Amino acid sequence: MNETKIALRDVEMRFGDVIALHSTNLQVEAGQTTVLIGPSGCGKSTILRLIIGLLTPTSGAVEFEGVPVSQGNILALRRRMGYVIQDGGLFPHLTAAQNVTLMARHLQPPLPEDEIQAKLDELCELTYFPKDGLARYAVELSGGQRQRVSLMRALALDPDVLLLDEPLGALDPMVRASLQTELKEIFNRLGKTVLLVTHDMAEAGYIGDSIVLMREGHVLQQGTLDDLRERPADDFVSEFITAQRSLVQL
Amino acid sequence: MSNESHDCKQGEDRNPNQKMKKQEAHSKQRNLSRFTFHVLRFTFYTLFALLLVYTVPSTDARTIGVGSKRFTESYVLGEIAKKLLEDAGYRVELKQGMGGTIIVWEALKNGDIAMYPDYTGTIQETILKSATPMTSEQMRSALAEHGIGMTGELGFNNTYALAMRRTDAETRNIRKISDLQNHPDIKMGLTHEFLERADGWEPLSQRYGLQNKPRGMEHALAYVALNNAEIDLMDAYSTDAKLAEYDLTVLEDDLHFFPKYNAVFLYRLDTDYAAIDAIRGMEGKIDEGLMIRLNAEAERTKDFAAGASLYFTEVENRTVKVTSESFVSKLTRWTGRHLMLVGISMAIAILVSIPLGIRASRPGILSQIIIGVPGVMQTVPSLALLALLVPVPWLGISPTTAIVALFLYSLLPIVRNTATGLQNIPTPLRESATALGLEPSAQLTKVYLPMASRTILTGIKTSAIINVGTATLAALIGAGGLGEPIISGLALNDAEVILQGAIPAALLAILVQVCFDALDRLLIPRGLRLEEASQQAAARE
Repeated sequence: MNETKIALRDVEMRFGDVIALHSTNLQVEAGQTTVLIGPSGCGKSTILRLIIGLLTPTSGAVEFEGVPVSQGNILALRRRMGYVIQDGGLFPHLTAAQNVTLMARHLQPPLPEDEIQAKLDELCELTYFPKDGLARYAVELSGGQRQRVSLMRALALDPDVLLLDEPLGALDPMVRASLQTELKEIFNRLGKTVLLVTHDMAEAGYIGDSIVLMREGHVLQQGTLDDLRERPADDFVSEFITAQRSLVQL
Repeated sequence: MSNESHDCKQGEDRNPNQKMKKQEAHSKQRNLSRFTFHVLRFTFYTLFALLLVYTVPSTDARTIGVGSKRFTESYVLGEIAKKLLEDAGYRVELKQGMGGTIIVWEALKNGDIAMYPDYTGTIQETILKSATPMTSEQMRSALAEHGIGMTGELGFNNTYALAMRRTDAETRNIRKISDLQNHPDIKMGLTHEFLERADGWEPLSQRYGLQNKPRGMEHALAYVALNNAEIDLMDAYSTDAKLAEYDLTVLEDDLHFFPKYNAVFLYRLDTDYAAIDAIRGMEGKIDEGLMIRLNAEAERTKDFAAGASLYFTEVENRTVKVTSESFVSKLTRWTGRHLMLVGISMAIAILVSIPLGIRASRPGILSQIIIGVPGVMQTVPSLALLALLVPVPWLGISPTTAIVALFLYSLLPIVRNTATGLQNIPTPLRESATALGLEPSAQLTKVYLPMASRTILTGIKTSAIINVGTATLAALIGAGGLGEPIISGLALNDAEVILQGAIPAALLAILVQVCFDALDRLLIPRGLRLEEASQQAAARE
């Protein structure tokens, strides 16, 4: 269980003079849900974008199962990872079903049609997405449904890794709470390696097996919610946790 | 639990039904795209076939091309030549109203036509560019160097003349050109050709010491302007039927400035001997009086063939029905040619512009050049662009030149819209396409181009509508199309004939618009249309 799926080795990311991520070492354990959290601009999204190859590190290396990610293997690796962003990133010219099955049909040779249909059924069930919504376009779906479709698309090729960048960030609180429950359940059922970015401590504590707290391009502490609560690495960690107290505590 | 889970349960209950509907919708969509594919393929092959038909030259040696310039007399002489050649057993391709001297002369040298009527004065001044008078032997040997021969004179001298309203000339007491010296206030409207000619306005005004400032205008329009007293004097040809019609008087050339403009036919020396012989049947048969009558007949009946018929009645004393083409047949021919010009130029423009637009959607100096060059092209007046292309090797006076010009005009809207459409795709969607693991080429074909399809189609539509309008100018260089009646109508000063081309051209533009709107429904993914509608609704709120 304690095998490293993805690792950042001295990875630094600069945009001109701006350092988005200072030299960072990070290990994402296989089969676990790791949550990246911190104030905006702390570099948490940058880490996801480095892993999926939307960014190339200024120095250092990203490793996938011990192999450095490079131009040569990134295409194959992307097909082993699913990526979900805040507003879903669904293609407006395709229906929900076409968005989900785009890659399955694009592969050479494409997956057999009955397998694709079976996969669609399975994914609808998993994400509680109503099947009559499959023929709809993104504009015809609610925000929550869009995120379900986006998750289905990310899972369509049965990837090892799921990368989610504030997947619930744009949803209203009711939908958000129910989707948090569903996401946790889905992650538990699938047993995939999950890396989730959020700025909501309650969400991180509820969903994450391991939490990575970041600030201004540095990783401050990695551990369970209890680790962070009981043994904060510095004042900012305890401040960040207490600042996000829930209504229940009031 | 949220409402959405409720949705899901209902969805599952209705599952079998849903699945069928879904598959139906799916196969419908696939049928639609297959249909679209067939339509596109059919269009492509049709255009390709048209291209072949038009590129492969006619190998029929018995077909003779006869050209004419853009005024009544030239049209009538063309019709007479056609009838004479047909009587001699030839098939004739009559290219009426090809343009001014240079255009028709180039067409003759290129072999687009085998013969056309011209005048000795024009041949000497404009074609051979000789400052001194030449004998017909000198002209023949000079022309032979270009591979061109000249028939004997047809019998009339259609020289340049300066014409005024008879009453006006009498009031001002003007009879001769030298009388004009005392009237610098006389408003002159002269043809552009006359203004530029070596035996035109410049030397004439020097010889006679005239100070007037003439303005350039189309010959047929000048008659109207003169009749309405908007101008007081114009250049005319001494056999113009309109001289009588509008009661004009011709000023005496008292210093003998104008050279002789004796009508002849010019022909390629490689033309069949029998064909040349047939044309020489006209030699010495037409005097000024007859030519004015033929011109008047053509303009009265608005039918050049009627003028030709009168020739056979008067000269050969036989009633010959020189059949003019029926209107439907002409309209079909014009429209067919128009569609061919538009179709081929658009097909090439689309094939070239979309890749250019894709390249231009990326940042960099090259992109600015790709957008900039067609942009500059569009600012060149279409008439000037045609004129600039004519001297280019391989082009000349031909439909190819028109197609090249139309192609150049059609580039910008497509290139620009393709680039804009691609640039407007939001970054998160681009990144999603990348993150899915699509190769760059698949990102383009499966995501970016379909998302930009609406903008691209709008660019193509804009191009096509401009193209249909601009293609009327193709007739100026003898490439035919719906511009043909417009130009003849100008020559005849006949609004009805102009409308025969103008109305179908306008209808064609509207039809193109309607077709593209239908194509929008057929080709553009429904999701994009819904998205746009919802954005518009949001904007209204």
